[in-house]
Amino acid sequence: MIHDLATTAGAAILLPLFAALVLGLVPSWRVGAIVNAVAATLTFAVVAFLPASIGQTGPLLLVDRLAVHLSLLTAFVAMTASWFSTAYVRVEVSQRRLNKARLRQYHAMFQLFCGALLAVLLSNNLGITWVAIEAATIAAALVIGLPRTAHAVEASWKFFVLCGAGIALALFGTTVLYLAALPALGPGLKAMSWTGLRQAAPTCDGAVLNLAFVFLLLGYGTKAALAPLHAWMPDAHAEGPTPMSAILSGSVLNVALFVILRLRGVMKANHAAIDPAFPLVALGLLSVLLAAFSLWPRRDVKRFFSYSSVEHAGVAAFAFGIGGPAATFAGLLHMTVHTLTKSATFQCVGRAAQMKGGQRFADITGLMSNHRALGLSLAACVIALAGLPPFGLFSSEFLVALAAVRASPWLAAVLLAGLVIAAWVQIARLQSLCLGPATADPGPVPPHAALVPVWLHLALVLALGLAMPGAVFAWFTSIAQATP
Amino acid sequence: MQHLGYGVLAYDVAHLLGGAALVASFVLLYQRRIPALINTYAAQGIILAAAAAWQGHVQHAAHLYVTAALTLFAKGAIIPVLLHRIVRALDIRRTIETALGVFPSMVLGVVLVALAIEVVLPTTLGAATLAREDLAFALSVVLLGLLMMITRRTAITQVIGFLSMENGLILAAVGVAGMPLVVEISGAFLVLAIFFVFGVFVFRIRERFDSLDVSHLDRVGEAPR
Repeated sequence: MIHDLATTAGAAILLPLFAALVLGLVPSWRVGAIVNAVAATLTFAVVAFLPASIGQTGPLLLVDRLAVHLSLLTAFVAMTASWFSTAYVRVEVSQRRLNKARLRQYHAMFQLFCGALLAVLLSNNLGITWVAIEAATIAAALVIGLPRTAHAVEASWKFFVLCGAGIALALFGTTVLYLAALPALGPGLKAMSWTGLRQAAPTCDGAVLNLAFVFLLLGYGTKAALAPLHAWMPDAHAEGPTPMSAILSGSVLNVALFVILRLRGVMKANHAAIDPAFPLVALGLLSVLLAAFSLWPRRDVKRFFSYSSVEHAGVAAFAFGIGGPAATFAGLLHMTVHTLTKSATFQCVGRAAQMKGGQRFADITGLMSNHRALGLSLAACVIALAGLPPFGLFSSEFLVALAAVRASPWLAAVLLAGLVIAAWVQIARLQSLCLGPATADPGPVPPHAALVPVWLHLALVLALGLAMPGAVFAWFTSIAQATP
Repeated sequence: MQHLGYGVLAYDVAHLLGGAALVASFVLLYQRRIPALINTYAAQGIILAAAAAWQGHVQHAAHLYVTAALTLFAKGAIIPVLLHRIVRALDIRRTIETALGVFPSMVLGVVLVALAIEVVLPTTLGAATLAREDLAFALSVVLLGLLMMITRRTAITQVIGFLSMENGLILAAVGVAGMPLVVEISGAFLVLAIFFVFGVFVFRIRERFDSLDVSHLDRVGEAPR
């Protein structure tokens, strides 16, 4: 088992965990911020070597294309968020919104969180997956409560209770899944591994698999913020530190959807088990519609964008529900471009909120008039999130809709209605954020260099939307085909 | 273990302990005073430890003894003591505020147990008898814990609801033959449980909201600040 960890994949998981340990011992927050950024960058560098070890399967780790793709995405977003975080915490400390003494906890939990997410993606064992998700939950809850305002404490408690209940149900599902694989594989680690389950799925008892699926879907669906299990998310985003929102919004949803996607493969291999298509499509559509109608009344910018994350998680779940290589391709592409765009959006919003001294729509208006670069970057992010061309979300939503039309035109009509309403609200809000008369800037104005990570994200999203390179297309296709 | 059934000691004792854990869940549901609630939780923890140790004996699995020891130590002693200290420090020994009366929640509890049996027993016909019935008990304990989280208003009773739900999960995990990583999972759960307990304390919910009443949580929302 130790052999498993002495590989690139093992290093990718252990490096952030080790960094968390080190950061827990570094008293200076300035040093901590730098160590955090260096560790996240190194982690991405290690993860960049992962494609070379595709095919590695052991009792603990499973490195396949899907896992590598999402690990690259997660590590990349964590890296840029950590860069953003160094400047963010400096402002927060100078404005006395974050206590210096608590930043040690913040940086350690940041790394623990990233390590746990990578562990979920690369694990071959449902027990480890579960423990890692749980560790990520604790780390995120501690970070969300850090500002120690009444609202932040409440949001953190809500996150803790709802996600705690969710992951508890997931553990029950894991136990039942093991029970299902037990007759085919016998007791031991193998009956809890993805590889073992995939192999044993056709001979498992379908009814037991169904029972496991219901609990796992409820549990990991809570982490994926699929409606009606999304209640923790808007509060967590609105109250927690912005760099955390940037990772929470993309990566946690991806990681939970990844587990559901793996589970879909197990369920589809068994003919007696229920088809996972219906629950996934239903939850996905519900999320899209609920988010579309929840966007309008929001007055808090971060809360607004967290509902947009519910919408996009819904689109991805919908695509995975439709199934087949085309829809899976579309869902994966959607997850990828949404994660990149959303973390760029939160970086822009975080800067703007620090500059304007508030995060309500009333506080942030007319960015374009005095801060053209920030205003234009945020505008580009929102246009991308609304699913308008030329950005990647247009392509992915178009492909999802196309797959839906092939499966059932009525489903596509409902999906498109939700997407159009959401796009309309987002464009309306974009006008108030970026155009019109500007509010005062009591906080520090970010330098242009601060926007470089945002532009990097946007360039990737643009490239994926306008001209996807052949190699990237082949990469996505191979993942979609290998994911039942 | 297909031959196990009524009259076989291994089966009967496991059944008794699972049933006792479920009874403790019902006691938690009608308990009106917080110190008594904590004591009932401690009792459930001790029953769970006995169940884990018994499974270790029946399955000849040494690691389950570790789980049993962990459970006995943490849930039978440390967590209840911590909870008692919190109750004393925050002076919240008063009766529990419920969102739903005791009688309706007991009725709902019985319905949930019926549901758990109705869901688990017919679907797991292929599995060993002991595992099936343990799973039905465990799911009942989980659902009753969820019910308690939903129907109790104060943070500390929600924490106890969560902790008792977790007891149900460990009961399920030890009941399934040869489930790997049980020790690791129960250890990880303990960490989560202790964070939950400290959540009440560290977040100083009383200090912030003047009471431990989590219905104040509704304040997070769109209210102007």
